[in-house]
Amino acid sequence: MHLAYPAVLAVLLFCVGLYGVLARRNAILVLMSVELMLNAVNLNLVAFDVWLRDTLHAGQALTLFTITIAAAEIGLGLAIVLLVFRHRGSSDIDRLTGLAEPHGPEVPHGPDATDARPAPAADDEKAEATA
Amino acid sequence: MNLSAAAHPGFLSPTGVEITFVLIGLATLGAALLTVTTRQLVHAALWLVVALGGLAVEYLLLTAEFIAWVQVLIYVGSVVVLLLFGLMLTKAPIGRSADADSENRLVALGVAAAAAAALVWVVVDAFRTTWINLHGAVQGSSRATGESLFRHWVLPFEALSVLLLAALVGAIVLSRRDTGSPADTATPADTATPADTADVPAPAAGKEHT
Repeated sequence: MHLAYPAVLAVLLFCVGLYGVLARRNAILVLMSVELMLNAVNLNLVAFDVWLRDTLHAGQALTLFTITIAAAEIGLGLAIVLLVFRHRGSSDIDRLTGLAEPHGPEVPHGPDATDARPAPAADDEKAEATA
Repeated sequence: MNLSAAAHPGFLSPTGVEITFVLIGLATLGAALLTVTTRQLVHAALWLVVALGGLAVEYLLLTAEFIAWVQVLIYVGSVVVLLLFGLMLTKAPIGRSADADSENRLVALGVAAAAAAALVWVVVDAFRTTWINLHGAVQGSSRATGESLFRHWVLPFEALSVLLLAALVGAIVLSRRDTGSPADTATPADTATPADTADVPAPAAGKEHT
């Protein structure tokens, strides 16, 4: 088998995951895209391990480690997303701007009261915060 | 395939393994594209199952059978179930949701397309004539993987178990509802549940109307 086939497939999967991470709004969909990127890396590791006939099986051992780390990552990520949802009432990462640089009219970002109730849009949130 | 043909194999005379690999790769890529573009959140998780299962078949075609079954067990079995639980617990809307993608979708598309073009060009240019010999001893059988894992990779393996334990403890600590004094750890978990669930559905109901 040509090595180009698994390598190109891994590249395309990685870029699909990259698009998902950048374009998705729900935090859980972003986590799914991260899984796609990790799987692309796994495919590369397996293909190169089979190509090089590594006697230490380094590629496959690293693939197993990556799968385990991905499982730990998805558990912790979901715990964080659930915590954010419980505090803010939303898991849209576009609205989680508590650490953003303030520009324009100042929006008070408290962890309670105003932010626990999600506004329909970001500019509505600003409007009702300045009003 | 004899050795003279394996020395300079062309792209125009693919073997059966290559044809299968490309077909399943196209299915995997299509499922991945649907995962990142569909507007129904639960369907995204189900398309992710198709993509990860297709990758497991690709591992089998690359003779890495242990990795393939680990992929099926961990990814398809547990990670997707965790994601579905996460979708349910964050009250994701069932059906079509209009705001699944953010406004910077075109920028993301440009970045992803540029990265894909550059990486495909580099990878194809680098590995155009490289040939994987899939015949001979199976590279990824359970015996070979287990022997190398427990002979050469024991220390990372054990360190990884500690990492998993730390992740488990961290997830439990993050998911605890009571953040008060440690004296009353047993009762607030029961009493806090109706109160917390009572004030959470109000924003979710408001979100569905918008």
